[in-house]
Amino acid sequence: MIIMEKKSDTVSRRTLLAGGLAGGFLLAFHLPAHAANEPVQPPDVTEGKFAPNAFIRIDEAGQTTLVMPQVEMGQGVYTAVAMILAEELDANFAQVMLEHAPPNDKLYGNPVFGLQVTGNSNSIRAWWEHLRNAGAVARAMLVQAAAQQWQVDPPSCTTANGEVIHKESGRKLAYGALAASASGQTPPKDVALKDPKDFVLIGQPLKRLDTPDKANGKAVYGIDAILPDMKFATVAACPVFGGKVGKVDDSAARKIPGVRKIVVLDDMVAVVGDHMWAAKKGLGALVIDWDEGPNARLSSKDIWQDLRAASEKDGVVAKSEGDIAKGLATGERLDASYELPFLAHAPMEPINATVRLKSDSCEIWTGTQVLTRVQSEAAKAAGLPVEKVTVNNHLLGGGFGRKLEPDMAVAAVRIAKQVDGPVKVVWTREEDIQHDVYRPVYRDTIAATLSDGKIVGWKYKVAGSAILARWLPPAFQKGIDIDAVDSAVDMPYDIPNFHVEYVRAEPPAVPTGFWRGVGPNNNVFAIESFMDELARKAGKDPVEFRRGMLGKNPRLLAALNLVAEKSGWGQPLAARVGRGVSIQPSFGSFIATVVEAEVDEQGEVHLHHVTSAVDTGIAVNPDTIMAQLEGGLIFGLTAALYGEITIDKGRVQQSNFHDYRMLRIDQTPKIEVHVIKSGEAPGGIGETGVTAGPPALRNAIYAATGVALRRLPIDRSLIAGKKA
Amino acid sequence: MATTLTINGEQRSFDAPADMPLLWVLRDILGMTGTKFGCGIAQCGACTVHIDGKPVRSCVLPVGAVRDRAVTTIEGVGSTPTGAKIQKAWLDLEVIQCGYCQSGQIMSATALLAATPHPDDSDIDAAMAGNICRCGTYVRIRAAIKQAASGRQA
Repeated sequence: MIIMEKKSDTVSRRTLLAGGLAGGFLLAFHLPAHAANEPVQPPDVTEGKFAPNAFIRIDEAGQTTLVMPQVEMGQGVYTAVAMILAEELDANFAQVMLEHAPPNDKLYGNPVFGLQVTGNSNSIRAWWEHLRNAGAVARAMLVQAAAQQWQVDPPSCTTANGEVIHKESGRKLAYGALAASASGQTPPKDVALKDPKDFVLIGQPLKRLDTPDKANGKAVYGIDAILPDMKFATVAACPVFGGKVGKVDDSAARKIPGVRKIVVLDDMVAVVGDHMWAAKKGLGALVIDWDEGPNARLSSKDIWQDLRAASEKDGVVAKSEGDIAKGLATGERLDASYELPFLAHAPMEPINATVRLKSDSCEIWTGTQVLTRVQSEAAKAAGLPVEKVTVNNHLLGGGFGRKLEPDMAVAAVRIAKQVDGPVKVVWTREEDIQHDVYRPVYRDTIAATLSDGKIVGWKYKVAGSAILARWLPPAFQKGIDIDAVDSAVDMPYDIPNFHVEYVRAEPPAVPTGFWRGVGPNNNVFAIESFMDELARKAGKDPVEFRRGMLGKNPRLLAALNLVAEKSGWGQPLAARVGRGVSIQPSFGSFIATVVEAEVDEQGEVHLHHVTSAVDTGIAVNPDTIMAQLEGGLIFGLTAALYGEITIDKGRVQQSNFHDYRMLRIDQTPKIEVHVIKSGEAPGGIGETGVTAGPPALRNAIYAATGVALRRLPIDRSLIAGKKA
Repeated sequence: MATTLTINGEQRSFDAPADMPLLWVLRDILGMTGTKFGCGIAQCGACTVHIDGKPVRSCVLPVGAVRDRAVTTIEGVGSTPTGAKIQKAWLDLEVIQCGYCQSGQIMSATALLAATPHPDDSDIDAAMAGNICRCGTYVRIRAAIKQAASGRQA
């Protein structure tokens, strides 16, 4: 592919050759309508160029440029978006060029959020109709232009591979030749979309457009921005949450060759140098007295104590069906609570931003999931009007929700205020991990009753941070964080008496944010873990137990049946080896997963095999679906096996990959993904595997050892030497 | 301190302190940004380059220690037959997601295949366990190494 870099004077200006928030939750929640689907002219349209909307430009030479409203962070969305646009446009897919969108909520706002946001596995779900429509309108205008020129009826023309064709007369016109005249056509109000059976791109496992340059070092991420006369900076924030800078002795740092400036802000210190090495060495040579503030004694123990106390309180009712008091008084009752830890995001590309601040303008180079938010927050920090701030977005070296925050750009602007000329600010891995916006700690309490092998009463209470109350206040209504209860209020099972509550419990001082898998991470883990405990109490096989309650969910039932067949469910296993299942209808996709794992004498867990079956509706690019599930499963299993951020003396105890561990290739199981063919609207897939893995693994350990783990990450000491 | 290195077959001269890790010389002085910063402590492998064909974590390799040995980076590895084979397998099997770690993965895989043309699973584990991929592309990395080794076409 070609990813066009937006105009700027970075060395990356050269043209590079060859080169989702709730399933149920935010799709049900619509912010005020915006104009993304209107045929608004982008600002840079020149004469002779056909630009029917903000996503498509065709020049006279026939070059088709597609502008990407969602950001590419590995999930394959650039290819999928291009496929959808090109499908309805009938463009020549092999020759499209892609361009990062500039910040503009009106043109590129995600239809679900009303903001230019990439998250919650909803890119395709949110944009599906809009992009198809954008492509179809453009195609119709090209057809009108050709028909006019040929003096034929538009319906007698067809299109394919970037040409309008009039079969009867054997005439053809390339889109480029029609660009000027198509510009003068009136966009049709209603345009027919293709019948899915006529799709030529959608549904094909096409090669990704962004990967060739990622295999040869040419891809440009935010951290790769280079400007003339640029300085390099790295930062240290007060290690204690909410602390401030006290005294700074920079006498040693100033003597380090290449160190140019020490920038002291109220909450962080930056060293600016000729390169990152000088900045890093300079930072290491500073003697900083921190004013640690009120959180200097905060510890994980206190946070958990508070959360446990909060979770005992009554919450706000998020959903209630049937008669929960009656339900809980019927049959055999089981109670449990589940706990999930703080997690850091740790994208492989540490957070960074490059800023060139002038008296009347501010230009930013970064990779973000929230372009307009970076723009507006940077404007505030710079003291400039929003329109004076330019943001050049890049490919993201992983996002996982970390880049749904604009803090890195804001900090870089604050630093840039004290630096002459452009400055690239790169966080060290240690600072990245210790100053993240963490996946919150959660505690879920569940009470359920069983009668005749089925659940008759289910009371579920989530206690945890309301990320939405901070991040998208209009979405936080009546005390309910719709992300925190996502996948809990829309459980797939038939349960006559059903009750879900939410307790907002904010951890003191520790900032919380979205983490890949969002609310369902917590709820799917608790629900699916408890389902296995209930199955055992009912004396039923876990797959059988779930099957009996999926009457209203044929798509999920089909996925469960397929995964049971493909995983060899029920076949004998060696001692201390177990299979566990989990199912979920989250993010608009229906997935069933079986993990086979072994627990050794020391309690170490060895992943053998993971099998998933998913119905994600129309699979725009089936290979991407498989890749997202393979990777998502590993992301989730990594957290289940290792992920925990702990706090002591007000600071994060982990700092880098030696103590915030990641799954590595030698621990990776075989992974088999089965994509069920479906004609339903596309579901989300970026987070689906993440939430599926942990409960299936936990249930495999339950099967292997008989130990009902109720907390992540997996505590080896509880399962060492245990055998079912 | 003026230093001259042979990088991807070309002589490059620059001023850098001898203790400066090669990673920052490549990225911040020479503008060769294909080699990535991930952890700074040789825990993730994103910065992997070749020194005389051997994989090395450039984030902890002082530039002064390179001397007259040949440096190969992701920008140049494709001109070696093994590097080209690995890159092709990576694209054929669509290994890459965000791609940020993949420069390092490709450098490690190329060095593996150059030293061990037909690696088994344990060879792959040993050679690749130092490279973290947060997107979790490990299944395809393994398959791509095997494909490149077998010379099979996708």
